[in-house]
Amino acid sequence: MPTKSKPAKPKVKAILDSYQGDPSMLVSILQDVQAEYNYLPKETLTQVSQDLDIPLTRVYSVATFFKAFSLKPRGRHIINVCLGTACHVRGAVRIRDEIERELDIKPGETTEDFKFTLETVNCVGACALGPIVIIDSKYSGQMKPDKVKTLLESYD
Amino acid sequence: MAKTKTKRLSSPQELEALRELIVKGRDPNQSCIVICGGTGCLALGAQEVINAFKQEIEKGSLKNKLALRVTGCPGFCERGPLVVIKPKNILYQQVKSEDISEIVSATVKGNIVDRLLYTDPDTGQKITYEHEVPFYKKQKRLLLGDNSNIDPTIIEDYLALGGYATLSKVLFKMSPDKVIDEVKKAGLRGRGGGGFPTGVKWESCRQAQGDTRYVICNCDEGDPGAFMDRSLMEGNPHSVLEGMLIGAYAIGSHQGYIYVRNEYPLAVRNAGIAIKQAGELGLLGKNILGSGFDFSVKISRGGGAFVCGESTALMASLEGKVGEPRAKYVHTVEKGLWEQPTNLNNVETWANVPLIIKNGADWYAKVGTEGSKGTKIFSLVGKINNTGLVEVPMGITLREIIYDVGGGIPDNKKFKAVQTGGPSGGCIPESSLDLPVDFDQLTDVGSMMGSGGMIVMDENSCMVDIAKYFINFLEGESCGKCVPCREGLKRMSQILTDITEGRGKEGDIELLERLSATLADSSLCALGSTAPNPVLTTIRYFRDEYEAHIKDKRCPAGVCRELVTYLIDEENCPGCGLCVKACPVEAITDMGKKKPVVLDQEKCIKCGACYDVCKLGAIIRK
Ligand SMILES: Cc1cc2nc3c(=O)[nH]c(=O)nc-3n(C[C@H](O)[C@H](O)[C@H](O)COP(=O)(O)O)c2cc1C
Ligand code: FES
Repeated sequence: MPTKSKPAKPKVKAILDSYQGDPSMLVSILQDVQAEYNYLPKETLTQVSQDLDIPLTRVYSVATFFKAFSLKPRGRHIINVCLGTACHVRGAVRIRDEIERELDIKPGETTEDFKFTLETVNCVGACALGPIVIIDSKYSGQMKPDKVKTLLESYD
Repeated sequence: MAKTKTKRLSSPQELEALRELIVKGRDPNQSCIVICGGTGCLALGAQEVINAFKQEIEKGSLKNKLALRVTGCPGFCERGPLVVIKPKNILYQQVKSEDISEIVSATVKGNIVDRLLYTDPDTGQKITYEHEVPFYKKQKRLLLGDNSNIDPTIIEDYLALGGYATLSKVLFKMSPDKVIDEVKKAGLRGRGGGGFPTGVKWESCRQAQGDTRYVICNCDEGDPGAFMDRSLMEGNPHSVLEGMLIGAYAIGSHQGYIYVRNEYPLAVRNAGIAIKQAGELGLLGKNILGSGFDFSVKISRGGGAFVCGESTALMASLEGKVGEPRAKYVHTVEKGLWEQPTNLNNVETWANVPLIIKNGADWYAKVGTEGSKGTKIFSLVGKINNTGLVEVPMGITLREIIYDVGGGIPDNKKFKAVQTGGPSGGCIPESSLDLPVDFDQLTDVGSMMGSGGMIVMDENSCMVDIAKYFINFLEGESCGKCVPCREGLKRMSQILTDITEGRGKEGDIELLERLSATLADSSLCALGSTAPNPVLTTIRYFRDEYEAHIKDKRCPAGVCRELVTYLIDEENCPGCGLCVKACPVEAITDMGKKKPVVLDQEKCIKCGACYDVCKLGAIIRK
């Protein structure tokens, strides 16, 4: 997933082709671009706008409306703390606070070494295991504040 | 499972012949190990269990004796990873990869692994069979029941159970009007929250003027604490597709969309596989089963916006635009997607359709209450013993769901409230627990059925905090297009934050009520107009908690940090040091064996970690 490579246009082209250049698939297209680059680099937005023949302002408004998109480079590991209702009543806020304290970043921010980006999500559908933290695509359920440190240390 | 060679089916007879072929190739008495591969169990390590089973079967060359099936969620997430041995339905819970060789050898010999069975907490007895577990006993699993008989990535599993035979009946033996009549007669109401009669919606869409008609399946499941739709889409995607096909035929539509939340990668994957496999067999695409009816389905992924579950916002997002709702002077059944007549239904609504047509409206209408027919799936979560997905007949009481199915509140705590209907719903107190659950009754007490989230709260949940939680959630999710919602929610959030942080003032409750009335009357879409419900119901049923926060600067449940203090009860503290380890900021000092620990109030961040670990009650929360 996370790649270090510089935004290279052929990748965007390939993604656009896989949707037959259908402008109505904009959200899905941006999702795939983000999966490729780990965020939405400016050049890719310009290219999507040109190739789909829709105004850059519209691409930008979609890219900023949806929570799933980031216009800033993100860390090697994406931490998602679930703040859905089920996780909330089981103390998810304390988990988030502990991660914030441990990494010294707030949700939406990335550590200076680009190791972690902290994000929050509203329910991932594994409510039975709340509070839940997802790092990249690995779920850790029944989290406790005192388990946070060990969990974070297991990533490099 | 034997893969049947795919060939486009061009008549109902060919479909039936294929089904017979699949069934004949399977021995109903052969033992089959069924493992839940749903998001919940996967998060608990089911993948390792699955791999271990594969290895074990391979190792013992047991392919002929033992089948293995990875399925969607059977509901009992609390006890995952779950394994069921068919055809006897022996249930093993909390299975780990170390347990696999024992399960396999016992199953081959016809034995049972006692230690992995579920223990009834009331009687202390081991329970062998799935249907005897109290969690399942009062459920009526018309929709979820098939989840454990189907590997969602293998269409043959769905066909073996008679899948798509209902579609075939509809295409060749029923007129569109007859289908609509049947759905109307069954009394099916939308499961996405509003409870709008499905047949009536279909009819309006069928009659609307337009060149092209669209049908959409709403799998945005925005309620933050609910996962019914996810489990259906992950576990039995063909039932949803078959429902959409029947609806499309009735409405006269040839293009469908499934709008899935991006946070559900497995649902996206399984829906995609289902569409592909159905297409290969000619159950989607042109001239379906030789009937002349065409229908295809595309998947569109959401981008993490709650408001996109709302019909007009969803359609804007499908068109590749920002997901903002519009005023509904003209209904979407008349002008929806691309300004064409569009019929939107929830996942669970669609999944009910094949059942109704297959068994008839009269059969379906026997289940439920006067105004609400059939079953409803709830995700039962929060402070409850048996967390998971439950499917119950409409009309069952909340008490039965929480105590009989859900097994009551953990740690002998006291029940306080149950929140239904997600951010648009409300909190229902103990005094209303005997209420039969249906669309109208829940609305009467100020809440709503919603899509099926049911969050149980105990004495340690603060009702002002819950109200603040939902308002903050909605403030963040408000698209900002209309002023009452954008500014009103911001103000409500400020007032609630003040109350929970000790700055509450006389008159705040009344102000919240006035703002609520404004939002309800003047918001553009239902996000804003229903947003006050969590506030209004908590004020209605738990006013004393608001007053304790405002007047006494006290949080009775001990949740609101600014209003609590933690102290060490020196008499009771044996200095075991558990809390010292739990404290994330080293505010507690170990003073040596048998001496009480010391808590530095300056450093304490009031996270409550010490309170949770201390089993001796030596941490006092005030
Ligand atoms: C803010 C908001 C969010 C909604 N989210 C969902 C959702 O996630 N899933 C859903 O099925 N319906 C949701 N709805 C309801 C839909 O607008 C719509 O009524 C429903 O999908 C229609 O299907 P049904 O008749 O089968 O219930 C939401 C409504 C609002 C106002
Ligand atoms: S609320 Fe966290 S997974 Fe559902």
